[in-house]
Amino acid sequence: MFQACADPKAIEGLTWAFCYLTSAKHVDFYWSFLTVLLLLAITAPAALGMGFMGATAARSQIAPVSWLGKIYIWMVRGVPDIIFFLFFVIALDQGIEYIKNLFVCDGGAWPWQGLEFRVCPEAKVPLAKSSAFWHQAYGFMLAVVTFAIVFGAFVANVIYGAMQAVPRAQLETAEAYGMSRSQVFHRILVPQMWVYALPGLGNLWMILIKATPLLFLLGVKDIVYYARELGGSKTQAYEYPHGDWRLWYFLGLLVFYLVFTRISEIGIGKLTARLSHGQATSGGEALRKAAA
Amino acid sequence: MTCWETIQAYGLRSIGIGENLLPKSDFTICQQFTLIGSGMIWNLYFGVLALVFGFFLANAVALARNARNPWIRKPAEWFVFVFRGSPLFIQFFLAYEALVLLPKEFTLFGVEISTSWTTRAWAGALLVLFLNTAAYSAEIFHGALKSIPKGDLEAAEAYGLTGWKKFIRIEWPTMLRLGWPAYTNEAIFLFHATTLVYFSGFPAFAQKGDALYYANYFADKTFNPFIPYPIVAFYFILLTLLVTFVYGWVNARLNRHLPSNTRSKIRLRPNLIR
Repeated sequence: MFQACADPKAIEGLTWAFCYLTSAKHVDFYWSFLTVLLLLAITAPAALGMGFMGATAARSQIAPVSWLGKIYIWMVRGVPDIIFFLFFVIALDQGIEYIKNLFVCDGGAWPWQGLEFRVCPEAKVPLAKSSAFWHQAYGFMLAVVTFAIVFGAFVANVIYGAMQAVPRAQLETAEAYGMSRSQVFHRILVPQMWVYALPGLGNLWMILIKATPLLFLLGVKDIVYYARELGGSKTQAYEYPHGDWRLWYFLGLLVFYLVFTRISEIGIGKLTARLSHGQATSGGEALRKAAA
Repeated sequence: MTCWETIQAYGLRSIGIGENLLPKSDFTICQQFTLIGSGMIWNLYFGVLALVFGFFLANAVALARNARNPWIRKPAEWFVFVFRGSPLFIQFFLAYEALVLLPKEFTLFGVEISTSWTTRAWAGALLVLFLNTAAYSAEIFHGALKSIPKGDLEAAEAYGLTGWKKFIRIEWPTMLRLGWPAYTNEAIFLFHATTLVYFSGFPAFAQKGDALYYANYFADKTFNPFIPYPIVAFYFILLTLLVTFVYGWVNARLNRHLPSNTRSKIRLRPNLIR
């Protein structure tokens, strides 16, 4: 990359460290941090949307819709999330290929035959001849959808609880003013529920951050993947030979996560203070007293 | 092979008793149920031991966090922050790499100590889970300690209870009572976290793994995730019910002196993945 780094075996000391840390593989490693941030940036709103729909469905007056919402929320209780992660990634992949198989393959045979999942080559997603980038992108997309489904259920539970926590009197007052059900929902319930949902959502955000290493299990080249690759001991055949440094790479990841959670904690604290303004909660009351 | 023979062959496979070779083809539902169930032995082992040992450390750390002396308080705060602020996944990796780097054998005061056993899952992963649950529980107990009603403590002092006596008779039982519902959730999610052991760092020797390890084995071999994973889910729902039952019994005991309408109920909240 740099002129001074042309012959890594000849250099030593600080120059060596500098060249080592800017090698092509390391640049990939730094980019993979962005992969994690990108996953968070896509998953958080998606899960919020899923959760909102789930909670609204669970509150629905139509029984089957309400059951669906409640089953979705209950799905995540009692079962370790990692099972969902392992399950959904394969299930989604096979589901997509099965549907595509119905359209593009002749006959569209039942693909689960004995010990194999077999669809015709045209129905593979992505196609075998596609570039490595598309395989990565497809894996990433599956991971995002899986995260959104699993975390959507957690969020749905929090939002469902928050909607129940909005004082009945507020809703009854709105009804007394002659608002329709949907008006009460949009104008009173949703704006007030956030302050009750925020502690739970903040908690979930922390959990979401801490769940990102699971990307590695889903086969995406994330920071854990690179930390293992780069940290493993390198023989003289490599440009930068060194011993087993995985411990140090993982320590780096640990620090990254600690800093990230600390920043999030501070951010959530600020957001809570802002949302508590003028609310009929103890937090809001404390703010009012402090100002007076 | 009948189902009963399968259970005899594979029922204790995860701890190395019974048939040595795992089934390679013609997988039956019975085989999947038996092997995954035998893997649950490890989930139970990790969960129960980590909870029992973690409970004591959590109490100590919660008290340390409450101490006035910063030399005691600060380390406890850092301990809780490090274990709660980072993914369990990374903690497993880190612990494994650190334990691998330990010298294989060294002599301390003339006694030869071998360290290779610490890199095995039964010891190394248990250590990580123990520290992890201690940190999470300490946070719960610390919160409970802070929310003991002031009147209770004043009443204790009025009765002449001070120091250790006040702590053991009033503060500690009240802390447990207040923290117990949250602690129940922690226990459930610790059991869920045990599924991470064989997926991160700690290798399974001779294919002796936990429930998820075998489920993953079947899913890889059959390309059909729709049978093994629901089986693990089934086992874990049973386990969750069992944990809720046991902890509910303790909760009822901690609350037995209260009028029935003021007792704290255990509510399950699915909000803890590490």
